[in-house]
Amino acid sequence: MSLKNLVTDWSRYRQGIEEGGFQHYEHRWGMTIDLNACIGCNACSTACYAENNLAVVGKERFAKGHFMHWMRVERYWDENYAEQQHPEQGASFLPMLCQQCGAAPCEPVCPVVATYHTPDGLNAQVYNRCIGSRYCNNNCPYRVRYFNFWSYYESSWPEPLNLQLNPDLTVRDKGVMEKCTFCVQRIRVAKDQAKMENRKVRDGEFTTACAQACPASAITFGDLMDQDSAVTKLWARHEVARHDDKGRPVQEQHKEHPELRGYRVLEELNTDPSVMYLERVREELA
Amino acid sequence: MNQNALHHDKDIRDDLAWAQINKDILKSLENPRRGYWYSIIVCLILLAIGFTAEVIQYQQGMGMSKNHPHMWNLYIATFIFWIGMSHSGTLLSAILHIVHADWRKPIYRFAEAMTTFSLMTALLFPVIHLGRLWNFYWVIPYIPSRGTWPNFRSPLSWDGFAIMTYLTSSALFLYVGMLPDLAIARDNTTGWRKRLYSTLSLGWRGDDRQWRVFRKAYMLMAIFLIPLAVSVHSIVSSDFAMSIMPGWHVTTFPPYFVAGALYSGCAAIITLFILLRYYFRWEEYMTLAILEKICKLTFAIAMMWTYLNLVEFASVWYGHDVYAKEVLWGKMTGAYAPAFWSMMFFGSVLPFTLAFQKLRRHIPAMMAVSILLNVGMWLERWMIVSPTLSESFYPWAWGVMWPTITSWAIVLGSFGWFGLLFLVFVKIFPSVSMYEVKEMVYHRKLAREKGVAHGAVHGHAGGAQPAHSPSMKKEGNP
Repeated sequence: MSLKNLVTDWSRYRQGIEEGGFQHYEHRWGMTIDLNACIGCNACSTACYAENNLAVVGKERFAKGHFMHWMRVERYWDENYAEQQHPEQGASFLPMLCQQCGAAPCEPVCPVVATYHTPDGLNAQVYNRCIGSRYCNNNCPYRVRYFNFWSYYESSWPEPLNLQLNPDLTVRDKGVMEKCTFCVQRIRVAKDQAKMENRKVRDGEFTTACAQACPASAITFGDLMDQDSAVTKLWARHEVARHDDKGRPVQEQHKEHPELRGYRVLEELNTDPSVMYLERVREELA
Repeated sequence: MNQNALHHDKDIRDDLAWAQINKDILKSLENPRRGYWYSIIVCLILLAIGFTAEVIQYQQGMGMSKNHPHMWNLYIATFIFWIGMSHSGTLLSAILHIVHADWRKPIYRFAEAMTTFSLMTALLFPVIHLGRLWNFYWVIPYIPSRGTWPNFRSPLSWDGFAIMTYLTSSALFLYVGMLPDLAIARDNTTGWRKRLYSTLSLGWRGDDRQWRVFRKAYMLMAIFLIPLAVSVHSIVSSDFAMSIMPGWHVTTFPPYFVAGALYSGCAAIITLFILLRYYFRWEEYMTLAILEKICKLTFAIAMMWTYLNLVEFASVWYGHDVYAKEVLWGKMTGAYAPAFWSMMFFGSVLPFTLAFQKLRRHIPAMMAVSILLNVGMWLERWMIVSPTLSESFYPWAWGVMWPTITSWAIVLGSFGWFGLLFLVFVKIFPSVSMYEVKEMVYHRKLAREKGVAHGAVHGHAGGAQPAHSPSMKKEGNP
């Protein structure tokens, strides 16, 4: 620990989107979720449970709000269908996960820097550093952070289910916050592999568990810094603007254009999320 | 004016002998009424309840008191409540000290003790509410071997600094202000008490040089404490104001919190005033005239708090932010509406009882009112924390949570902890400042004699504004 550490590392830590953010880094992992394709099957959520050692909490705890699903599939009902013969046709789904914001509200409020921005543009959560003040979740507009209210591991994986735990990451005990990491363990493996082979990470070389499991291919994952990646092209096609290094939108979206379905959730809060959603299109009711 | 009525309206009898004052105050170290011991028992029971709940929560996990959108709850609300309560000790002893309002003299000592002990109670809550409370010291910049700093951008770490600074300063202020009295206690006691007071009084002899240095130091500390107290609660308010959540991200929060703090502190002073007066039979010192003055002060602060409340509502309405409006509307009409409207009633309507002289001088009424005012202020803190969590930006995560038994038990336990600290303090240390009461009696006497000489009448008005009385210009050393 030195003064240099405080001054240089700290000032680097402080760089938000306003100061140019993390544009000079190698990757910025991003995602697109096509709600037209989503069938609400929860495969993404299940895959996430398996990949990330998420605790299965059981009905009672879930009802109390003690759940741990990093990827949750939200269900909404279109009110226009309420009077129809089949109101369930008005159902739509929104898979919600950590938006890996470029200007994340959760980061500055953590008293011990347990949550911080990685050079990959991810919001990292350091379980060992977390003291459980839960301020991050209070400041998260999407409420996608989950707290270990209990020692879930004691009952989540009764024998022999413990054998299916992913050895690439930890099992968390009570008192720490956790959330979607964009399968950071997979990112690490891919980056290490690319580094060993002295090349860049190729688009589609790996993907997150949710994207891999989606039967409808609604989820596209990739590097937004890579101009040729599928996810960058989707973002560009739908004219959803990431911010440039001055914090300005790169291009304005023509909201009236019917082909442009892309949006980011609660974008007006200026959190600069890394997840773009493609709006669901329905036929108009007579 | 009738001589008898005049006598009743005085803040303190000006014919009290100094030896009598010593005797009356030091008696509190020995024989309180039985009510004192009952209060100790009640506090011990509350503390035991809270402690048991905390042990269970520690072993089981925070699921005992929290759920998904409600990451903060009663603990943080009660934390703000106790921090707030600590502010009036400083108000009474520091602000009223530098403006020479001498009626504070018989009552500031216990108010300062209240400050220190409510801070010590408040300090428990951020620790209790942590998921891994055994790591709480990571918030302190202690330069660990791993080279990790706390996050200096987080209002929670500011909280740590602010509260520790305030606790140290107010404890020091309490101690320094007590030095001459500790010396008096040293000279009048035997046994372990004598040894204790001899050590604590730091060789105070009361010579001229000591008094001069003492006055300077005390005044300096008073001046230092005032901005500190204001900044402490402003920083606590930034836990909320610095977030982006509707209902928390409010510009007026710092003054609103400070006003609320002074308000609940003043109400608590009234409660403790009445209790101490009862325990130690201090009718001569804690007079109705002084009670009336605190009541008036409380009334003024209550109106300030009400005004800031209205400002907040108006700015939400005028700001036209859909989320903020939704949260405010939810507070007023949603599940928390009963708590919200009780808060408005206790905080803004009930203080009008303080506007009536009959009620101000009626001890049981004031006891009830002061407790209810604090109930209102506690509700206020709860209504800051919970409604926003139950209804913020993201509708999927909307949900009301009522506090669990565990959190109630810990909140009650904190009252036991505070009460116990306070009651032990008043039994060991003189909780009325003897030397300052003597000073007050002396000045009042001088003022009366001069007043008689000039043919003027010094009633309660003269008592309330001693700074205008000619005798105050000369600092006497009793």
